[in-house]
Amino acid sequence: MTRTANTALSFSDEQAMLLESAKGFCGDKSDSNAVRSLLKSESGYNPGVWNEMVALGWTGIAIPEQYGGFAMGLGSTVPVVESMGRYLLGTPFIATTLAAQALLRGGSEAQREKWLPAIVEGAVGSMALLDNEDWGAKLCGVSATDTTAISDSGILLTGKKLLVADATVADFFVVSINHGGNPALAIVDASQLGAGAISANTLIDETKRAATVDFSGVTVSPDALLPHSEQALKDVRLIGALLTAAEATGTSAATLDCIVSYLTSRIQFGRLIGSYQSLKHPTVDILLQMDSARSLIYHAATVLDEGPVSEDAEIACRMAKAQATETLLFAGDRAVQFHGGMGFTYDCDAMLYIRRAQWAQHQYGDAQHHRLHLAKLLLD
Amino acid sequence: MSRNNPSQPSPNAIHDSAEQTQFRAQVAAWLEDNRPADPGFLLPQTFMEVGSEPVLDFLREWQHRVWSAGYLGMAWPKQYGGQGMSRDFQRIADEEMKRLQVPICFNVIGLGWAGPLILDNGSDYEKEKYLKGILNAEDIWCQGFSEPNHGSDLGSIQTRAERDGDDYIINGSKIWTTMGNYAKYMILLARTDPQAERRYNGLSFFLAPMHTGGITTQPIQKITGEYGFTETFFSDARIPANCIMGEEGQGWRIAMQTLQYERGAEAGAAGGISILSIVMDDLIKMAAEIEREGQPLLQDPVTRDNLVKFMIEEKALQLAEKRSDIAALCRDYPNSLALSGKLRSTEFFRRMRQHALTLQGAQGSLYVGDKDTIGGGFWQRAYLNNFSTTIGGGTSQVQANIIGEHVLGLPKD
Repeated sequence: MTRTANTALSFSDEQAMLLESAKGFCGDKSDSNAVRSLLKSESGYNPGVWNEMVALGWTGIAIPEQYGGFAMGLGSTVPVVESMGRYLLGTPFIATTLAAQALLRGGSEAQREKWLPAIVEGAVGSMALLDNEDWGAKLCGVSATDTTAISDSGILLTGKKLLVADATVADFFVVSINHGGNPALAIVDASQLGAGAISANTLIDETKRAATVDFSGVTVSPDALLPHSEQALKDVRLIGALLTAAEATGTSAATLDCIVSYLTSRIQFGRLIGSYQSLKHPTVDILLQMDSARSLIYHAATVLDEGPVSEDAEIACRMAKAQATETLLFAGDRAVQFHGGMGFTYDCDAMLYIRRAQWAQHQYGDAQHHRLHLAKLLLD
Repeated sequence: MSRNNPSQPSPNAIHDSAEQTQFRAQVAAWLEDNRPADPGFLLPQTFMEVGSEPVLDFLREWQHRVWSAGYLGMAWPKQYGGQGMSRDFQRIADEEMKRLQVPICFNVIGLGWAGPLILDNGSDYEKEKYLKGILNAEDIWCQGFSEPNHGSDLGSIQTRAERDGDDYIINGSKIWTTMGNYAKYMILLARTDPQAERRYNGLSFFLAPMHTGGITTQPIQKITGEYGFTETFFSDARIPANCIMGEEGQGWRIAMQTLQYERGAEAGAAGGISILSIVMDDLIKMAAEIEREGQPLLQDPVTRDNLVKFMIEEKALQLAEKRSDIAALCRDYPNSLALSGKLRSTEFFRRMRQHALTLQGAQGSLYVGDKDTIGGGFWQRAYLNNFSTTIGGGTSQVQANIIGEHVLGLPKD
């Protein structure tokens, strides 16, 4: 039972610089007004800001040099994503990072050569995984009819994927399919989709974008399948959990700041409301929980490397996700309550945070899902 | 109840030099060879649980043996009973004691607080007089800071020290004096100037002899039914004026300096382990033996979920220590991890130990002394004793105020 013994935690000067510059950039580009101006937009982000992020090289952080990236490792995307969460900066960064990781971990050389340099230059990819609401289910709901034997034409897909992030702007999808009874990953170019295949969702978090994507009728050639699909699928789900946790932790920090700022300025019954212990102590609880989440996400960032996700790293990713999204659920909920009547209005930023909390908890598995899997890893 | 995996090497062992590797093996071998036989009573987890003469004699004998072997006070000067070696060796010895879960070195107020203070601030006479007795456990030390009615607020100390010729006359009382009835010396915080403009400036710090007329102790029975603390009364007790540490009025500053030493060998403490820790592995081991509804408790999904929640919390606590050394990851509220450590860890242990009793089923209602208890009632006693940490040294509620005000900048009440 020494499976929790790994407490490695390191942070390079390079990562520290990235954290500071990402925090500065996201703060500049995504203040509350900027966030609110995008809530009703179709894409949910400002293409100019995305282009600047690409120009800064962020889309190449975790991509090897041979594909035009900067080979700084996946651990270096964590401070960037945390900063995006802190300022609710909407972009397809997480979706694209995950699609790139799927290709790196499971793709053929030809697939990597086609897509990874494009991603560094700003192409958008997205994982299409969910068949229903259950992250615990086997993710292979799109059924594939293999027609190669009869006609050489390829593999015919039938079925829909739910909550595909940033689907309307994606250049390609990495889709989990049922291939002869086994889960596999297939690359689908956005141009292969029929008209009306993408049906945008109305999300509780208005800063995010996702859609139901109908892949029925799309035929992919056999070389669109990732040769190491199972490993890639397992890894990407864990990395997705970590990046969601990192983003949520940034948002928890912002939520805490929002609460503290109100508690130190609002006067009721003749006193600043932050002097009341009934508000002060739960706010301290948020701080402590956020501290736990931050320690766990950077521990996971430390133990993840380019190889298949190790057991230590799996434990770290799952713990980070369970802690970080529960922290944000608590922080967002209390942020609304502590703002009183103001907190019940759409104008109060607590609205943004409580909605993000609901989104984040269900991305890549909620806390209970991850604890269920942790129990198998830690107790059996 | 023995601790998890003594077969696993200490995590720091990988950083050892060749000489240190050899030393580590030598300490481990000595500890294994000299580990005392089961004394027939539950060993204290902390120095606050020395409640009877047999326990006292057992721990005194053990500390004396560790010191005689050269594994205590290793970084203190040779002339005062130490070894004059680098602090790294003491750290390694401590790591091995912790790993092998040998009994504690119980003279903690001397080893961790008074000793380093005397080394840093004391005269040659004081070093000569006090240090060796601290290390070899002949002279037990206690601490007289807290007072009845002023538990968490040291600034309000009322015990008076009045100068009278070559003496100070002490009047008042202290509470929660660990081993007060066994101690030869007390580090005492008392008020020399009740008129001082700032109340902190009226305090002075003494190395007070306990075997003095006018000083009496009354043992306090804890919720465990055991002893370990006393209330200490001063009634015109005369102590020599040269017992003062520093100058009159410097007591607060010296008390704060003293509190810094307890953070281990690196901070100047003599070393030795002062607590036997209880970790999640211990709880899981306990749970693995239990059946519920006809199946192993560890197969129960609710139990599993609860245990995993505790394990996440335990991991986050361990990581907090590491993250606090990385400034770039502590920019939001830079003193947060340092100021919240006590609250987080003591509350975690309280809940975790209570949960252990819940998992025991009907056996959770047994207590130390019943032959059918799990682990001799180890968890029962550990849970109840844990309140000394969530109450002592500033209650959790006061800690939350401190964090709210000093970390988050929230207004005072």
